[in-house]
Amino acid sequence: MTQPSDKHAVPKAGENLKIDRREMLAGSAATIAGVALSGAATAEQPAVPVDARDPLIRTPGNLGAAHSRRDGPLKVRGEAKFAAEHKFPGMVYGALVFSTIARGTIRTIDTDAAEAAPGVVFVMTHKNAPRLAPPEPFYATRTGMAGSSLPVMQDASVHWNGQPVAVVLAATQEEADHAASLVNVAYDVEDAVTSFEDATAGADVAFYAGRDLKYVAGDAEAALAAAPVSVDREYSTPQQNHNQIEPHAVTVAWQDGVLRMHDCTQGVDMSAITMAKVFGIDPSKVHLTAEYVGGGFGGKTLWQYHILAAAAAQAAGRPVRMTLTREGVFRVCGGRAPTRQRLALGADRDGRLTALIHTGTTVKIAHNAMTEPFTEASHHMYQADSMHLEVRVGIMDMLGNTFMRAPGSAVGTFSLETALDELAEKLGMDPVELRIRNEPDNNPTTGKPFSQRALVDAYREGARRFGWRPRSGQRLGRREGEWFVGTGMASAYYPYKRFGGSAARITLTDDGKALVETAGADMGMGTSTATAAVAAERLGLPYEDVDVRHGDNKLPGSIIAAASQQTAAIGASVAAAHAALVAELAALAPEGGALRGQPAAALKTVDGSLALAADPSVRISFADLLARSGQTSISVEATAPPPTEVSEWSMHSTGAVFCEVKVNAVTGELRISRICGVYDCGRILNEKLAASQFRGGIIMSLGMAMMEYAQFDERNGRIANPSFGAYYMPSHLDVPEIDVAWTGIPDPQAPTGARGIGEISMNGPSAAVANAIYDAIGKRVRDLPITLDKLM
Amino acid sequence: MIPFSYNKAKSEPDAIARGADTAARFLGAGTNLVDLMREGIESPTVLVDVTDLSNRIEETDDGGLMIGAAASNTALAENAAVRERYPAVSRSILSGASAQIRNMATVGGNILQRTRCTYFYDVEGARCNKRQPGEGCDAIDGFNRGHGVLGVSPACIATHPSDMCVALAAFDATVHLAGADGRRVLPLTDIHRLPGDTPHVETVLTPGELITAIELPAPPVDARSTYRKVRDRASYAFALISVAAVLRLNDGRIADARIALGGVAPKPWRAREAEATLVGAAPDDAAFARAADIALSGAATRPGNAFKPELARRTIVAVLHDLAGASR
Repeated sequence: MTQPSDKHAVPKAGENLKIDRREMLAGSAATIAGVALSGAATAEQPAVPVDARDPLIRTPGNLGAAHSRRDGPLKVRGEAKFAAEHKFPGMVYGALVFSTIARGTIRTIDTDAAEAAPGVVFVMTHKNAPRLAPPEPFYATRTGMAGSSLPVMQDASVHWNGQPVAVVLAATQEEADHAASLVNVAYDVEDAVTSFEDATAGADVAFYAGRDLKYVAGDAEAALAAAPVSVDREYSTPQQNHNQIEPHAVTVAWQDGVLRMHDCTQGVDMSAITMAKVFGIDPSKVHLTAEYVGGGFGGKTLWQYHILAAAAAQAAGRPVRMTLTREGVFRVCGGRAPTRQRLALGADRDGRLTALIHTGTTVKIAHNAMTEPFTEASHHMYQADSMHLEVRVGIMDMLGNTFMRAPGSAVGTFSLETALDELAEKLGMDPVELRIRNEPDNNPTTGKPFSQRALVDAYREGARRFGWRPRSGQRLGRREGEWFVGTGMASAYYPYKRFGGSAARITLTDDGKALVETAGADMGMGTSTATAAVAAERLGLPYEDVDVRHGDNKLPGSIIAAASQQTAAIGASVAAAHAALVAELAALAPEGGALRGQPAAALKTVDGSLALAADPSVRISFADLLARSGQTSISVEATAPPPTEVSEWSMHSTGAVFCEVKVNAVTGELRISRICGVYDCGRILNEKLAASQFRGGIIMSLGMAMMEYAQFDERNGRIANPSFGAYYMPSHLDVPEIDVAWTGIPDPQAPTGARGIGEISMNGPSAAVANAIYDAIGKRVRDLPITLDKLM
Repeated sequence: MIPFSYNKAKSEPDAIARGADTAARFLGAGTNLVDLMREGIESPTVLVDVTDLSNRIEETDDGGLMIGAAASNTALAENAAVRERYPAVSRSILSGASAQIRNMATVGGNILQRTRCTYFYDVEGARCNKRQPGEGCDAIDGFNRGHGVLGVSPACIATHPSDMCVALAAFDATVHLAGADGRRVLPLTDIHRLPGDTPHVETVLTPGELITAIELPAPPVDARSTYRKVRDRASYAFALISVAAVLRLNDGRIADARIALGGVAPKPWRAREAEATLVGAAPDDAAFARAADIALSGAATRPGNAFKPELARRTIVAVLHDLAGASR
């Protein structure tokens, strides 16, 4: 075992390194920050990952099989324990008091009545809270997981309307809730910036993920002015909030100096390290598990309630369970920031783009590093002679905005793909044909070759499945009784990402079974199910004989279920651990036998045995190898190689979405009657899970199109609809049957050929709906959501 | 939620006796009241559960129905006589809430449910004249897409959220009340008060007065009725506007017309002037449009709900058009 001397050192590909955890994390975070590791190929680190020659890409075996989710039966039976279902002896319940002003100072806070209320154990305010370091926010530091860098309950200042100003602990949740209602707060109110106009008046170019969100190629304005055909439009998208079915919760206890947390995070390791830094303890003194998470979508990160629960538990000397009310989720956990965008396209008469301008403004808080990067898809989707892509951001006094399924691209593709529809109409060209004409050979902004891209196939397959009628500038909509019917289409886009620092441990036992462990998270999308299939295929074991553990920061690696990258990260980790396992097994092979001393590349695992790759009939079973060495099990851990594939290749997923809508001639009511998505996402690892992921994203995008918005009251910065009753998302009756399909072409540069599918289907449907509405009634709506009053 | 005591009334006199306590509130299924208590909007210290009182749905001697106040919304919607003779009532109930809520919620409780104005619900962070008389209304210049345009006042623009009540109003339902001072019967449309400058006083019920039954008179012979609800999603949303209408034709003329509107007013809103203009007229879209204009003539809108009068007009015309077509 070697100890890397350089903080950023990374293990060689395939080398079985049990590296120091802190070093490993540093490496991972550098990648997440998007700075250090990109383009970092060196002599020791090949520019292509081990997977580039991955046999699983060529011969996937059983990968793709429609295994049902392993956690399904447990969840149906109510046996899967979520964060708010764990218990500690002596545990008390926490409730929060939220500020009612957007900016100012707490003049007085009266907790007497709350402290005297039945069952109350402790009331915490800024006056008696433990001294804590401010949390490190996502993207701002290597391991930051917090939504904001604001100090948590350390002084009297108020920074957003809804900020927690007191915590009440009581013997029951009901007593805590009641006592919280008795806390009386008086404020000195200061002027706050709570309107989009005010906040963006001084907006500046956003810096996000290590770069300025600005790209200029040629003189796009001049090209637009000179273009024979052009469109130039304004679009707006509203603030949205996360509404996972599981409200945010945490159950915490301080046990002999160790902070034990049952959490619902998307990144156990980063959450644990961020908590450790806040409390000034070594990361090894935090044990954080999140075995089951009831939906993430980017919002299950680290918010003030985590810190407040742990601080109150420390101060009161009691374990604490804190479950946010639905209102609490809206007050404490951020969502998608609103945007106003300009999308202008210039084209020659053949439809080739001469200018692509995508600019606009959004808002963020002063204390995070998250700007909604809405121009992202415009960088990668279409060839254009000139481009100007720019996101400007202003600072608003509000709850910290954050990542929400397909950040940036969800709202950016809405404007890009509706503008293309307008351009197609002006050109008298079918919108599918327009897109095909602008399909780039290489990445249009970086010039890098695509690792794999079959978007044109997706268009054609989608058009075929949907029964798309090509059009040449005219509307094809028709009327059926009281309803106008129209069809529309759009493209989908999402980048491939793989963050460094992921690792896996494989343990083979003498009963011929394997256990795969990673610090990954499963928010319900089927991580453990997919991981088991990938590992089984690689190990040459039946799927049923591979067990998977995840969701524990004590497990290997630093893996975050975000940016649709976890599948690739785990896939690469399992490949690395497998390579290491093969080497260790080879060392156990009989002296003088055919397997002993073979390089790992000359060996494979098949049918529960170690075998010669060239002649798999030369083999010895795992059980024999273990018995021979006198061990009951063998365990290896390895870190995935750095994600150098993204520095060599342009790696993206794409797709095509077609939909049919009905608009009521009397009321303007909108119904989606058919929708079809075809995706080019590399290999699909489990067709059942994948179909479910695609459908879920489509439904979420339909919600964005039709109804979803936070009522952010610009008078005082308060969200007026913090409940399921008032914040609309699609009901079952709003969702038609959804047809999904995929090209399934493996990406030769991605681990196991798969690019990740969690977010792409969020992109496309909202624009396809808007385009179909135009086809139905001849009205363009460029302001989401498209409610009936806009269609009357 | 503050601590409270809970009792289940064994009989109507028992309920009335217990309800005389000024700190008491009658509890139906609690689908609204419990929410209001959780949010700190209502804080009774005594709850008198009245769900064991009459839930029967019985024929009356004059051809109508007497509906025990404890009948569930689902029971009323599924009742064969209701479906046959008052189809708009059945439709209205089934367009509201969710199956789970309808299975629990009582008919009496449905009438007394309170507005869903989001500012009304934000006890800590918003001003509301209903909750705190005189403090102001944050809805008037805030998010008011769901708010009212008829019968509203500068003090309050909240709507009554019920679907069922709109249809009951169209059939001239009456409400049977019992209290310490005896019994009385009022038209359903007289139960709710307009806000004026006292929006916190929502009904004419006296303290401790209990709804015991809802009576539907016999429906007009040969009339057709329907209920149409327009909202921001296909299910589980309150009405932006809704229309319950009853239409009877005779010799090619309108003999009887009833129009009730939901989602537009602080109470189930009968458009009686509009109805009057229809009687004797030919059942054509011009007449329906005139009636719709009259029904919405007093509308006072805010930016968020400025679309409502036009939406209501269109929906009224479409509903009457359909009923007339079905009657021909």
